[in-house]
Amino acid sequence: MEKQNFKGWLYLIPAILFLGAFMIYPLIDVFIYSFEEGYNSASQTYLGTGGYNYSYVLRDPYFLQALKNTFILVIITVPVSTILALLISIGLSSVKPLRNLFQTVYFLPYVTNTLAVGLVFMILFKKTPYSDGLVNLLINAFGGSSVDFIDGPYWAKMFVLCFYTVWVVMPFKILILTSALASVNQVYYNAARVDGTGSFRIFRKITVPMISPTIFYLVITGFIGAFKAYSDAVALFGTDLNAAEMNTIVGYVYDMLYGDSGGYPSYASAAAILLFAIVLTITCINLLVSRKHVHYTG
Amino acid sequence: MKIVLDHLTKKFPSRNKKERSEVTAVGDFCFEIPDGKLVGLLGPSGCGKSTTLNLICGLLKPTEGKIFFGDDDVTNLPPEHRGVGLVFQNYALYPHLTVRKNIQFPLENLRGEAKLTREEMDGRVYAAAKLVQIEGLMERKPSELSGGQQQRVAIARALVKMPKVLLLDEPLSNLDARLRLQTREEIRRIQKETKITTIFVTHDQDEAMSISDLIVVMKDGFVQQIGRPQDVYDDPVNLFVAKFLGTPPINVFDGSVKDGRLYIGDDAVLQVDGVPDRNVHIGVRPEGFLLREDGPLHCRMGRLEVMGRDVSVVSTHPGCQSDTIRSIIPAESNINTTSDIVRFALKPGKVFLFDRVTEARISFDVRA
Ligand SMILES: Nc1ncnc2c1ncn2[C@@H]1O[C@H](COP(=O)(O)OP(=O)(O)O)[C@@H](O)[C@H]1O
Ligand SMILES: [Mg+2]
Repeated sequence: MEKQNFKGWLYLIPAILFLGAFMIYPLIDVFIYSFEEGYNSASQTYLGTGGYNYSYVLRDPYFLQALKNTFILVIITVPVSTILALLISIGLSSVKPLRNLFQTVYFLPYVTNTLAVGLVFMILFKKTPYSDGLVNLLINAFGGSSVDFIDGPYWAKMFVLCFYTVWVVMPFKILILTSALASVNQVYYNAARVDGTGSFRIFRKITVPMISPTIFYLVITGFIGAFKAYSDAVALFGTDLNAAEMNTIVGYVYDMLYGDSGGYPSYASAAAILLFAIVLTITCINLLVSRKHVHYTG
Repeated sequence: MKIVLDHLTKKFPSRNKKERSEVTAVGDFCFEIPDGKLVGLLGPSGCGKSTTLNLICGLLKPTEGKIFFGDDDVTNLPPEHRGVGLVFQNYALYPHLTVRKNIQFPLENLRGEAKLTREEMDGRVYAAAKLVQIEGLMERKPSELSGGQQQRVAIARALVKMPKVLLLDEPLSNLDARLRLQTREEIRRIQKETKITTIFVTHDQDEAMSISDLIVVMKDGFVQQIGRPQDVYDDPVNLFVAKFLGTPPINVFDGSVKDGRLYIGDDAVLQVDGVPDRNVHIGVRPEGFLLREDGPLHCRMGRLEVMGRDVSVVSTHPGCQSDTIRSIIPAESNINTTSDIVRFALKPGKVFLFDRVTEARISFDVRA
């Protein structure tokens, strides 16, 4: 027993060293930074320790804006993308002809560069002197008036950001869910049909519980991914996100470090630690909820 | 409720794309299953037993032919409206539901007038669980049950909606030998109690013979013989059926008929009247051998296997298709084990003749 333990640890050493150097150590470092008040990056000195960085960040309107944006993004995109992906996967699993073609089409956004996708969205949504963008053309065709999605009202920009995020994260979810659906043994569906089960009840009572570990995995990683969103906003609205009111928490951290208003590693650290705390809390809640609703079967 | 299969046929497209041929999984199956009987559907693996069940329960659509439940044509009815209970080979219990929820599942599907109240549901679930004696396991998940218990849950789930037809697809094949014996008695008891018309699929002839009112022997998608187990055993229509039923299996010899006498090699073993001279296959049941000092069949003595009540004599003969002949004789018999040769007479009722080519049975008259 002892020996086996020893061996186990031996195998873990490379991973532990790696994680220690590139994750644990920086994390602790950031944690320490976040409590150092009045840090001067030129002289690498600080005035004292305390919670001032946190109270500054929490009162910074840019941070509050970023916090609000991030929460809206998370609350809208995670459920929408997961449910849409589930519906599309079910559709994909029930068509026979051209299934592979459809699967490839749905997977394309995943292998496409974020910025290139951003460009496509520009064409769809951006108002230029020459065109109002495809979406506005559609709106006009139905008798509505043009909306500036990129430089216009807050809700329009938020809509585009959510739309974009959903579109970018869906392919991966569809991929994972189609394989999860394919792994459900057909015999359960047969049993349910012989027992007179309607198709919606089969979906709710058999399909969903059977793939619940996969759904749960996608929700957890979806939450974490959405909380860390940044590049999507940049792809759509450029680098000055504060001005566009479209900043996210990670964007705020970046701006505090390297942006035009940057050079404040202490504030950036405090914001990063706050984000860490939020993600940790949400993940814990997810885990608790999952205990009741996720069925792991051997 | 009686079930009528009328020229039921199911063909699957061939998996081999170059050949356009089809696989006939079930061919021209005609049979009327009487109300309240237990029918054993018997045949080697791949002979179309599961396909037949799936046709009856509606999971598969027949290529040709019709299915009637009572007087109703159900051929085009989807499975959810046929009201049959089906027990799958690997049980197909929903792994995320407890035993209680599994059994209750079919009841929750009932809609409209058939919809049950909470109390009625609990009552029905309890009754079904009691019938298969699993009342104590209701809150467990299927993964926490033994194979035999899972199997009972599957039967309870199939019975709880009080189906008019119960279909069992090799329900015992995942159980160990002792449990298999016990559970087949159980299935027989439940069937007698509920009087549900039941089709029981198995590849084990012992199982089918022991509990069925009628057995249907299938081969390569086609029905070979239908009848009461004893009748089929005593009167097989062809060599396949004769070989498939009985343990130990029937002994098959190459022989010939000449002048009303049946020859195995040079031994004239039996008088067979009404058969023209020809070459035949001869099947002799293990219990069809009589140990006689002056018996006509000369076999080379192999060994004795004592089985308590009986003795099994293992011997060889050049005319026998298999390496050894197995004959069962009463334990009291005096057997001279020192001799090289053992001599048998044959009981005419246990000897069957078959055509060399078609393997169909050739009947003969026994001279008194
Ligand atoms: N879905 C299918 N597609 C093609 N061939 C099938 C299919 N299901 C069964 N078969 C073929 O039909 C024959 C009968 O199969 P089955 O009814 O499962 O046999 P059994 O249950 O008696 O072992 C087999 O040759 C099998 O390969
Ligand atoms: Mg089968």
